[in-house]
Amino acid sequence: MKPEFGRNPQLNRNGELHHLLSIEGLPRAIVERILATADGFINVAEREVKNVPLLRGRSVFNLFFENSTRTRTTFEIAARRLSADVFNLDITRSSTAKGESLLDTIDNLTAMQADMFVVRHAAGGAPYLIARHVAPHVHVINAGDGRHAHPTQGLLDMYTIRHYKRDFSRLTVAIVGDILHSRVARSDIHALTTLGVPEVRAVGPLTLLPEGLESMGVRVFTRLDEGIRGADVIIMLRLQNERMRGALLPSAQEYFRNYGLTPERLQLAKPDAIVMHPGPMNRGVEIDSRVADGAQSVILPQVTFGIAVRMAVLSIAASSQRIQ
Amino acid sequence: MKIAIRSGRVVDPASGHDAVADLFIADGRIAALGSAPDGFAAEREIDARGLVVAPGLVDLCARMREPGAEGALKREMRAALAGGVTGVVCPPDTDPPLDEPGLVRMLRQRSREAAGARLYPLGALTSALKGEALAEIETLAEAGCIAFMQTGALPQDNGVLLQILRYARTFDLPTWLRPVETTLAGDGVAGAGVVAGRLGLPAVSALAETVALYTIFEMQRETGARIHLCRLSSAAGIALVRQAKREGLPVTADVCIHHVHLTDVDIGFFNPDYRLDPPLRSQRDRDAIVAGLADGTIDAICSDHAPVAEDDKLRPFGEAAPGGTGLETLLPLVLKWCGSSGVSLTTALSKVTSAPATILHEPTGRLALGAKADVVLFDPAAHWTVDRAEIVSRGGSSPFSGYELLGRAMMTLVGGEIRFDRAYGSGGNGR
Repeated sequence: MKPEFGRNPQLNRNGELHHLLSIEGLPRAIVERILATADGFINVAEREVKNVPLLRGRSVFNLFFENSTRTRTTFEIAARRLSADVFNLDITRSSTAKGESLLDTIDNLTAMQADMFVVRHAAGGAPYLIARHVAPHVHVINAGDGRHAHPTQGLLDMYTIRHYKRDFSRLTVAIVGDILHSRVARSDIHALTTLGVPEVRAVGPLTLLPEGLESMGVRVFTRLDEGIRGADVIIMLRLQNERMRGALLPSAQEYFRNYGLTPERLQLAKPDAIVMHPGPMNRGVEIDSRVADGAQSVILPQVTFGIAVRMAVLSIAASSQRIQ
Repeated sequence: MKIAIRSGRVVDPASGHDAVADLFIADGRIAALGSAPDGFAAEREIDARGLVVAPGLVDLCARMREPGAEGALKREMRAALAGGVTGVVCPPDTDPPLDEPGLVRMLRQRSREAAGARLYPLGALTSALKGEALAEIETLAEAGCIAFMQTGALPQDNGVLLQILRYARTFDLPTWLRPVETTLAGDGVAGAGVVAGRLGLPAVSALAETVALYTIFEMQRETGARIHLCRLSSAAGIALVRQAKREGLPVTADVCIHHVHLTDVDIGFFNPDYRLDPPLRSQRDRDAIVAGLADGTIDAICSDHAPVAEDDKLRPFGEAAPGGTGLETLLPLVLKWCGSSGVSLTTALSKVTSAPATILHEPTGRLALGAKADVVLFDPAAHWTVDRAEIVSRGGSSPFSGYELLGRAMMTLVGGEIRFDRAYGSGGNGR
């Protein structure tokens, strides 16, 4: 193995999407192609026969080294609708628990004729390691790695925004909450700036804001009211309970007092602002139920769009030439 | 054995000598520089035209992985000689840690058998390096430990640290510390900054270094302990050391060579070869390190040699074992810094010869008359590419893999004995 770490391995030498590892460094044309391809798949779901034969005969392995029912299920639905053979491996309970290394697991599954790996891992960069290791015909899709990236979530968020707002070039988008630990926030930021959103904001307490946000093209706000004022889109992030154990935050109650999105606060945003959330939500912690279930919430459409976007990603990656 | 090394460019940083000259060795020591002593009949003549003749390198941090990995020491000693390193300081972070006199004696015995570079064991300051209870440091010194180190981070308990420094001062034993405040370093794997923020890697703030330095300096003022600071990494930390030296505190400091050349940007897309400890920091920090070397704030450069098994590197960045092999790249990387920074060759080499020897209070790292003949002959114009297959060390992972480097040791002498000769393959006549 002679890996090239200076080059993003997700594009092949023709510039086609071979793996999806991160939105960072993804050309705008590819992002737009994924969104356009997803349009075609939205209709598939409304047909009587929901399957298309694009991945017939291909084996997609869902490798979740970290639990996630929702993301895994939507990937599974997406792959099945493309007529792929889907295998779900709950790695946390099997081989690695017995001491097998990550790459040994990958080798074994490749020997079972895997064509595509959908990977979730607690360590940032794990999908890169796998992508550099696999045979040239195998594709790797990042379904969330550490705090680094969750590119399909980022793309489905863009799809959702495009669906409701059409034009990215005039938007103000506020991402609220635990930016520091959030792979969704990082992927959203890269996607938004790639698509030319003029104002991307990150809103949170200083304990939950990473260094270097400004260099990613983000305006940083520490107060929610200022952060969402005049926004077209508000993306609320999930707050993990474990953040309350140390000194990052005192309690869920105090967090909600300061950063919870209530109907009153939502009025500071544009009247037609939409509210998004990657799920699963903590009602009463980051978001008030009246907002989550309210007219401006697009949280459930996000889930529906997610399937179409994941179908688009799987089919586009699978169609790349084997010239890696 | 009487050896005459003819017509090399003899560079001795301790004396400032830098000129083409003959060097004569007899009875394991430097016998003369320039003209041969009366009646000197060389048993071996070495033609050193085109080569630099310098004191062998003294590396302030090279892990031999013994105790721990059987047979490792012999191989790493060969790597040292192939890199022109004639003195290796071994930190106590072995398995088990070097905190018992028996282990030290065993290590020294194996080193004698290996006939490689000189071994300078560092004893563990605290039992099992846990930072809780003192190790038997006076007994360990008697067994051959040259100084005492707390690896990893400072003891979390400041009371323990204070007592350690008082006790070490009692016997005037040198204390080596890594300025890392453990609670601030946390589980970080990358230097805090734009790169760590973007990749979402848990970060180590420079505060972990500066807070530790404030603590160390205050305790020095209280105890008068002499302290060597290992592996500075941040601009803010270097500024504090500069102040402390100006104040006259008895403190010396080193950096590892990769911090002289690399920054966090080199991590690229999670390249585990750049998982290092301390982590790589920003260009600003690197600039401060280079400036600190030039103005003497930083006394020495070490390789921080850490052979890591390939399997331990083939992991996601944060889970990969930190460190890389360094003994064989130290010399060319010092030359690279010399070339890019404009410091003289004597100044550059002093950071890996006379300066580290002074920190050790050892009369090596120089070519003075009567000094032990630890000498390297290197070809400053030899091009080579850092490649796993070419590396003698057991660890093939290096942050400089694939680099084209200039300068390579051709012959290494320890105590007047030719222990490595590239003309006879990488193992020299020690094999």
